[in-house]
Amino acid sequence: MKLSKNYFADERTDDFTEIGQPRPRSDIRGHVTGRTAYFADRTFPGLLHLKMVRSPHHHARIRGIDTSEAEKHPGVARIITAKDVPQNLYTILILIHVGPEDEHVLAEDKVRWKGEAVVAVLAETARAAEEAAAKVKVDYEVLPAVLSIEDALKPDAPIVNEHHGRNYYLYDSGECRKVRFGDVEKGFAQADHILEESYSSGPIEHAPLETSGCIVTPEANGRFTCYTNTQAMFFTLDNASIILQMPGHKLHMVGGTVGGGFGGKVDVTIEPVAILAAKLTGRPVSFIYSREEEMQVSSPRAAERIVIKDGVMKDGRIVARQVTAYIDAGAYSRHSPYGAQKSAAHFPGPYTISNVAIDSYCVYTNRTPSSAMRGFGVTIGDFALEVQTDKLARLIGMDPLEFRFINAYRDGDMKAHRQPTEGAALIECMQEASVIAGWPVSERFMKMSSRTREG
Amino acid sequence: MAVKRGRGVAAVNYPTGMNLGGDPTQALVHSTPTGSFMVTLSSVDLGQGLKQIMAQICAETIGVPTESVTVDTADTDTGPHCMGTFASRGTHRAGNAVIQAAREARQVMLEVAAEELEVNASDLDTDGSGNIHVKGAPSRSISIFDTALAAHFKHGRSISGRGMFLVPRSYPETETGAMKPSTCYAHACTVAEVEVDEETGEVVVLSVKNVFEIGRALNPKMVEQQLIGGSWMGISHALYETTEPYYPDREHGARDYNEYLMPGPGDLAETEIAVLERPSGDGPFGAKGPGEMCANPQIPAVANAIFDAVGVRVDTLPITPERVLRALRQRDAGATA
Amino acid sequence: MAKISVQFTLNGSERAEFVESGTTLLAALRDKMDDTSPKGGCHQGACGACTVMIDGELRLSCLTLAETCNGAQIRTTAGLANGEVLHPLQRAFEDAFAAQCGFCTPGMIMAAAALLERNPNPDRADVVEAISGNVCRCTGYEPIIQAVLLAARANSTSAA
Repeated sequence: MKLSKNYFADERTDDFTEIGQPRPRSDIRGHVTGRTAYFADRTFPGLLHLKMVRSPHHHARIRGIDTSEAEKHPGVARIITAKDVPQNLYTILILIHVGPEDEHVLAEDKVRWKGEAVVAVLAETARAAEEAAAKVKVDYEVLPAVLSIEDALKPDAPIVNEHHGRNYYLYDSGECRKVRFGDVEKGFAQADHILEESYSSGPIEHAPLETSGCIVTPEANGRFTCYTNTQAMFFTLDNASIILQMPGHKLHMVGGTVGGGFGGKVDVTIEPVAILAAKLTGRPVSFIYSREEEMQVSSPRAAERIVIKDGVMKDGRIVARQVTAYIDAGAYSRHSPYGAQKSAAHFPGPYTISNVAIDSYCVYTNRTPSSAMRGFGVTIGDFALEVQTDKLARLIGMDPLEFRFINAYRDGDMKAHRQPTEGAALIECMQEASVIAGWPVSERFMKMSSRTREG
Repeated sequence: MAVKRGRGVAAVNYPTGMNLGGDPTQALVHSTPTGSFMVTLSSVDLGQGLKQIMAQICAETIGVPTESVTVDTADTDTGPHCMGTFASRGTHRAGNAVIQAAREARQVMLEVAAEELEVNASDLDTDGSGNIHVKGAPSRSISIFDTALAAHFKHGRSISGRGMFLVPRSYPETETGAMKPSTCYAHACTVAEVEVDEETGEVVVLSVKNVFEIGRALNPKMVEQQLIGGSWMGISHALYETTEPYYPDREHGARDYNEYLMPGPGDLAETEIAVLERPSGDGPFGAKGPGEMCANPQIPAVANAIFDAVGVRVDTLPITPERVLRALRQRDAGATA
Repeated sequence: MAKISVQFTLNGSERAEFVESGTTLLAALRDKMDDTSPKGGCHQGACGACTVMIDGELRLSCLTLAETCNGAQIRTTAGLANGEVLHPLQRAFEDAFAAQCGFCTPGMIMAAAALLERNPNPDRADVVEAISGNVCRCTGYEPIIQAVLLAARANSTSAA
């Protein structure tokens, strides 16, 4: 790695003793000796194993649940269904008033995606729990499912989630989060060229080496200690407190080093039901996702559809950009309304464009709920924006790197979401890239600065 | 059969932090009787190295060696609230909270040392290796060890501090979408070079040259490891990864590491990284959050390089050999038509 | 379920335990013998986090039944260091910043240790092949490859 200290040297002092030093990581000795403690590196006498019975259908009504055979299975300690959960309906961000509550800890009347948790089985061994889970009988009436963004937004589409009553999240701005800046139609009218293109992506999994999970122990004083690999201790504690209708002081969340997160461990699909299980049985409980659950049940990065329409001048200036983004939230909100909003603020990318219109939709489908993942709301948007930018450059016969210099934002420029640009450094990154990649650009671009606008 | 080369570029920025309902993180700092320092948080270390970075930030602020700082985190009984480790916010938000707490602790520490040395606290400075001295007179000094002992057993002072960093909630304006969704922005530009096999549709990323502007490299070696890993993930996203290869078809979903494709150690691109530092006004020592951004620019850079190589656009991720082949066939059909 | 006895040498110490028939070596080590250095990343032999050495051969402990290990010599990352003195690979992983979350590290180090024991002077391709059964999601592999090469160089230097 090269630290290119020549850029912005006048904005920095480098007179530190600890900052900027390549000190060894304090946790590295534990890593290389195998002694770093992860949540599952603990054993407890009498530990019960939780296995979840999951929906085999994308969308179905639950007519009945019969656990009688499963209960008789050797080693089974307890079976938990929706009626055991004190406050079964929840949504993660309710603490910061992003509702409505739209998801059940354990399915009640319906399942809305293939993999949804229906019944929790607790047994002396993981194997016994799995065998007993296979004996739980759920009587489903299969319902028509909505599996794509396009189908979800059709006027006669079946409703995925009654708590929303429509197949998209309703913002105060309506069916999507909107950003309006300048006059995009006027921009298109003055443009030399118009280019409208669509981009899309499939769901992507975090795939951390350590699957999501927790171990809960009931303490003598009536509290519950939950050893967890959540990325957000108080998201987990506060939501568990609400779901279990248990005061927060009864709960003690203990983390440690997490075996990779990438955004995959910010939902609260694991701890509340495991704490409930420990409460109902009075025994320590382990609930750890299998690799298959991590792949197909834990929230992925959302699939997205992004349509970008640009107006560009022959001299390289982008004069209008309209973006319509659809984020496939799956069956429940989790963090997706936030992700869609984040995308609305991110478009139109690191460029200064006078006329911008953004519509970001959070769409519900009968799919695995998507949620946070490294850069969600931005990553796929950047793919779309930067491929589109490349196409624009080629459309007007300009070098793609030079084209970006022409449009790059600079300090003081007003962004579409009406924040002035501060601390910009896109131009300098491109200058350095030009040098290290041997991709020469005209001298005037090498002289540009994010801090001033020449002429 | 033809293997063709191409290169592509992409430039991106990335917002630091989550701001929907407000974005808070707190920290507590205190000294032990013998002058070691404890940082107490509830932020989570996912492998990005938050504990080490918080120790360096605390050490720099108080003026002690990093080794003398212990970070106790991810325990809701001891650590004050943190929103969580996501949204590229850990270093920035927790770092700012640690600085505030450490400053307060340093102030008490200097006040105690001032009483011991019979000078004004404002005349004192730390030497970074465990001592406090009178500015301009290094011989008039007291060790932090003795200062902490004196605070505990003689002065009845707690060398401690509280830190809180809150980005207040931003409500987007309904019609215009005016909002303040984050704080500072990090930047990146990537140039990718690829080889595309026109017979198989297979894409090999030969090299990626990444430039990242991250405000301040608080620990350059740790910055480097995160950026290398992120660059790998970006390439992986571009060409390999999905849980549902035929989305929206729910069949054929990957269930394990055999079915979920990622580049292995034999599939690596030559990776070069340059880091720029334009300190942010609101970051700890100017740091921004590059943890998520570092995996983004490779995706479009690779896509653009594929076009440069063979003249087809695959606008759906991941850009699998099947999709490349279909696009090539369409291109060739169009050429003959 | 019937319990059976297993007896083997773990990192130089004689160990004996009763386990249920069908218990994996991974579970026996972690749950019965307090060696949590092998990690359970997939429990199906696809990630390599549980990698150990059995009689000098690299094995996936999640796919190995404990009862098949009677009389064996088993080595794990927890037993690599000689007291406070790290194994050259451990030192190299530290120096090369070759771990982030650390979950794959013990398995990676065992895979690399097996390589260096049969080939003290590996080239890059040898290292790539040796760790190709181990998944890492954080590092992008390059720092790990560099760490193994660094350890090999350190070894040959100290041997010379």
